[in-house]
Amino acid sequence: MAQHMNLTLKVWRQKNDKDKGQFVTYQANDIADDMSFLEMLDIVNEELTRKGEDPVYFDHDCREGICGMCSLVINGRPHGPKEGTTTCQLHMRSFHDGQTIVIEPWRAAAFPVLKDLAVDRTAFDRIQQAGGYVNINTGGVPDANTIPIPKRIADEAFESATCIGCGACVAACKNASAMLFVSAKVSQFALLPQGQTERYERAQAMVDQMDAEGFGNCTNTGACEAECPVGIKLTNIARLNREYLTAKIFKQEEPHA
Amino acid sequence: MSKSKPVFSSSIGKKLIMSLTGIFLCLFLVVHLVGNLQLFKDDAGLAFNKYAYFMTHFTPIKVVSYLLYASVIVHVIYAITLSMKNKSARPIGYAKYDGQANSKWNSRNMGILGTVILVFLATHMSNFWWKFHNDQVPYIEYRTDLATGQTTARELQASEFHDYQETVENNVQILKARDLYKQVDFAFKNVALVALYVIAMAALAFHLIHGFQSAFQTLGFNHRRYIGIIRAIGVWVFGVLIPIGFAIMPLFFFFK
Amino acid sequence: MLDSKVPAGPLAQKWSNHKFNLKLVNPANKRKFTVIVVGTGLAGASAAASLAELGYNVITFCYQDSPRRAHSIAAQGGINAAKSYQNDGDSVFRLFYDTIKGGDYRSREANVYRLAEVSVNIIDQCVAQGVPFAREYGGLLDNRSFGGAQVSRTFYARGQTGQQLLLGAYSALNRQIKKGKVKSYTRHEMLDLVMIDGHAKGIVTRDLVSGKVETHAAHAVLMCTGGYGNVFFLSTNAMGCNVTAAWRAHKRGAYFANPCYTQIHPTCIPVTGDHQSKLTLMSESLRNDGRVWVPKTQEMAERLRKGEIKANDIKEDDRDYFLERKYPSFGNLVPRDVASRNAKEAVDDGRGVGKTGFAVFLDFKEAIGRLGEDAVRAKYGNLFDMYYQITDENPYKQPMRIYPAVHYTMGGVWVDYNLMTTIPGLYALGECNFSDHGANRLGASALMQGLADGYFVIPYTVGDYLAKLGSFAPVDHSHPAFEATRKEVEEKINKLLSLNGTQTVDDIHKKLGHIMWEYCGMARTAEGLQKAQGLIQELKKEFWTNVKVLGENEELNLSLEKAGRVADFLELGELMVVDALQRAESCGGHFRLESQTEEGEAKRNDEEFAYVSAWEYKGDNVPEELHKEDLVFENVQLTQRSYK
Repeated sequence: MAQHMNLTLKVWRQKNDKDKGQFVTYQANDIADDMSFLEMLDIVNEELTRKGEDPVYFDHDCREGICGMCSLVINGRPHGPKEGTTTCQLHMRSFHDGQTIVIEPWRAAAFPVLKDLAVDRTAFDRIQQAGGYVNINTGGVPDANTIPIPKRIADEAFESATCIGCGACVAACKNASAMLFVSAKVSQFALLPQGQTERYERAQAMVDQMDAEGFGNCTNTGACEAECPVGIKLTNIARLNREYLTAKIFKQEEPHA
Repeated sequence: MSKSKPVFSSSIGKKLIMSLTGIFLCLFLVVHLVGNLQLFKDDAGLAFNKYAYFMTHFTPIKVVSYLLYASVIVHVIYAITLSMKNKSARPIGYAKYDGQANSKWNSRNMGILGTVILVFLATHMSNFWWKFHNDQVPYIEYRTDLATGQTTARELQASEFHDYQETVENNVQILKARDLYKQVDFAFKNVALVALYVIAMAALAFHLIHGFQSAFQTLGFNHRRYIGIIRAIGVWVFGVLIPIGFAIMPLFFFFK
Repeated sequence: MLDSKVPAGPLAQKWSNHKFNLKLVNPANKRKFTVIVVGTGLAGASAAASLAELGYNVITFCYQDSPRRAHSIAAQGGINAAKSYQNDGDSVFRLFYDTIKGGDYRSREANVYRLAEVSVNIIDQCVAQGVPFAREYGGLLDNRSFGGAQVSRTFYARGQTGQQLLLGAYSALNRQIKKGKVKSYTRHEMLDLVMIDGHAKGIVTRDLVSGKVETHAAHAVLMCTGGYGNVFFLSTNAMGCNVTAAWRAHKRGAYFANPCYTQIHPTCIPVTGDHQSKLTLMSESLRNDGRVWVPKTQEMAERLRKGEIKANDIKEDDRDYFLERKYPSFGNLVPRDVASRNAKEAVDDGRGVGKTGFAVFLDFKEAIGRLGEDAVRAKYGNLFDMYYQITDENPYKQPMRIYPAVHYTMGGVWVDYNLMTTIPGLYALGECNFSDHGANRLGASALMQGLADGYFVIPYTVGDYLAKLGSFAPVDHSHPAFEATRKEVEEKINKLLSLNGTQTVDDIHKKLGHIMWEYCGMARTAEGLQKAQGLIQELKKEFWTNVKVLGENEELNLSLEKAGRVADFLELGELMVVDALQRAESCGGHFRLESQTEEGEAKRNDEEFAYVSAWEYKGDNVPEELHKEDLVFENVQLTQRSYK
């Protein structure tokens, strides 16, 4: 049988990007422990709506932990207290009756708050646009089995490629650094044969864009890895450093438009 | 054609500088500790004072020492630059931030630890380096009987001698030199100074436990097979052995 | 009269002949055309990237904060392709045949054949993009058998194939955004279609952040907006998935085909309570080793529900492994619709388990005994973990509880062979259209269709339409149609905002979901559907008089967003019921209780119902008009499915 609990929520409310914003306290009563965290917020929102108050805006979509849209810093931790999950897969059994829960948006200069708990993460898209692809058109590609890829390499590339782009790494990092995010994509292509042709242009272009977006610098605290809901590893950051420094010091490639 | 930013104005480039200067400073610590072990010799400072003269008068070492000063300055300047950038990357902080849950305290507070070390460095330099270089330490004469191997020492008055001299007269080796050893002995009778040294070495330990392996990570070195060795060196050599080695020196003289 | 524009000639040559006959746009002229792509899932992102590569100017829209988040990303299982890498007898024709048969002979032969034909190119394309598919130790691509297929033709990237394929298409899209060939609008929702002289010439969007209602002009509009499963409120779709773009286009003249064809997936995590916001799917591969059962008696089920006894307390003799009992040869591996329907029957019989009674067991005890816990973990570890995470029950120790959930909608906007809707210049791709899956979709085919449409079909067919326009002039954005349509949208928004009743939008949406699930779900009857019609009409009235929409237009407004979508779901729900009512046969995902064999299995009626039902909108509160596209089968023999 589900346990029920009463909670005090301190939620960041901010009307739009220009508003200063403040914390507002809400009561969430009779919450079942088998609800997800977002379902708990749904209930709070339904109550607010009934009272004619503006519901809390938060980003979410698939609610299966894969789309990367949900966010929230919950009691000081991105995606909440449970490791290896997104907020949508966090269940209320991770909390206890009478607890106060502080809910804040991702905090980073590169992620301005749009409203309440939703932030603008288009900086991530722009980084991907700078070089997160293989420069090929549709059609005219060789047969899929033309280039064998060792299983170990394919698996490692896959593990880097699973990044869901949620931004928890930035939110967790004390410097709001995006290195884990950037390194995941650079690693995927640095490992695969398909990524070799523009390997060094890519590392430079993506780091340039990352810096231009105003993210902080990596100080290797490892917070990003610990909070990443899909387990992207710090070894990716080492690889990004290697790729970038090799490109700058030993290669002649320059990013192209 | 968009030209990429020069390496040292990029975030990774700046960190490369932190990494390289950091590793260089780590290497220096090893040399410094090994050299200073001569303080523990019971010879009234003969070996130590000879070593001090050698270190300040041998040209290649002098060159390296300037590199060292430069490294410290660069390491500090870039640390400040990077910290400022990091601060501006999150202008509005969290009301609640549970850093303990995802990272080590020292890794998040390298700046504070570094500042403690910097304060220590200033004190250390003014106590020893500045006094040594500005002739504010006493002189000493050692006479070693080459037949018996016995050494006697006597303090020289500043008015008597101002140089370094090694001669042999009548089977007696005479060494006249600045007595940095005495300055060490004197300084470490000061309880406040000893306390500062011990605290600073603790800070150094925590700084290096994160810093050493972090420097390799920045260089892109994180290999499954060898990363364990790097981490072990970072913790046991730079986090334990070296800071304890240095911390024992003031304690040794304080309790001697 | 509906013209499917299926080219003449033998099946295998249709597409190549057609490609040759399609008109081309000169490379230098392509940049004079603009194409709007709505939705950035597999179909949208691949279409936008491919068209931009050809030289067209493309504008993309998505309601999410990034093109990377469309719900294609959640597909777990894999993507089919007739590569025949496994030397096991697969071929383009076999994939075609399986898909036609799987769709219960309610899809168009030519479309399905083309799908099977281009499936091989998709894998090549994705590998070239750097999609990290699973590989063998020798470095070649790995395949698995999926959804009961007799051959191993499914390519996969662990349990995240949809994600990896979407990120591949997203990367291709990003490349074109960087080049300036694609302009991407995120957090924008299409709210209407702009028509000039009977052609689609643009869309009206609402910027979800600022509330600004804007118009965008283009020579062609591609709707890649996914399915409408959320009409059931609870489904495996993402929270934001909606029918609005397709529905508004429908109201402008695009026929809506086979709306009643919905796929209900058997292995989902059951509903726990009223608070539930969505259902989570677990890969159907679980049925390879799991055994489905409920207690033999209602009394025992009742005691289970009350928590007096546990599943493991029930002796073998007291368990009813109903799939194995009824379908001895296929057992637990019967197709999705059969498995779902039987689970519902057991529950309706009062033998459901779990607190709510809306679940059946999926038991791995036998598999763990046979293979060992480690082997089971290696095969299904991530699914077991997910189940454990959500339910807090350890599936290694006690049986999983599963229940069917709405997963995919085979119906959608009617399109011809060129993927063009009944509105010239308006296309529908991927799940948004109706074309390839008939009445039921096979596993690992949704990803295939989305990418086939986007990468390999639309780049050819759009060119044909543009070339025939006869002019390279830009679309006149100052045409009064734009402002008029924008005004209509604004009026609708204002009308919604003026509603200040007592019900929340979710209240109404949940009620709609209940009606749809009850009467237009896994089993349908004429009586029930008629009842549903009345209920939905009442609910629609309630919505427009008693719903509460807060705030103003000029902000991120949650309740306004939802209200617009639910308003459209209400109308769609009505049409689904009408469609289900007129199709008095059972086929694929559509099961009419009146049409079953003596053994209680689905009975198709090819004499009367071998057609696509395409509905034409005739105005508010006027019944829609049914147009029939007859399905002609020249290459396959129609057979009744049997899994006994």
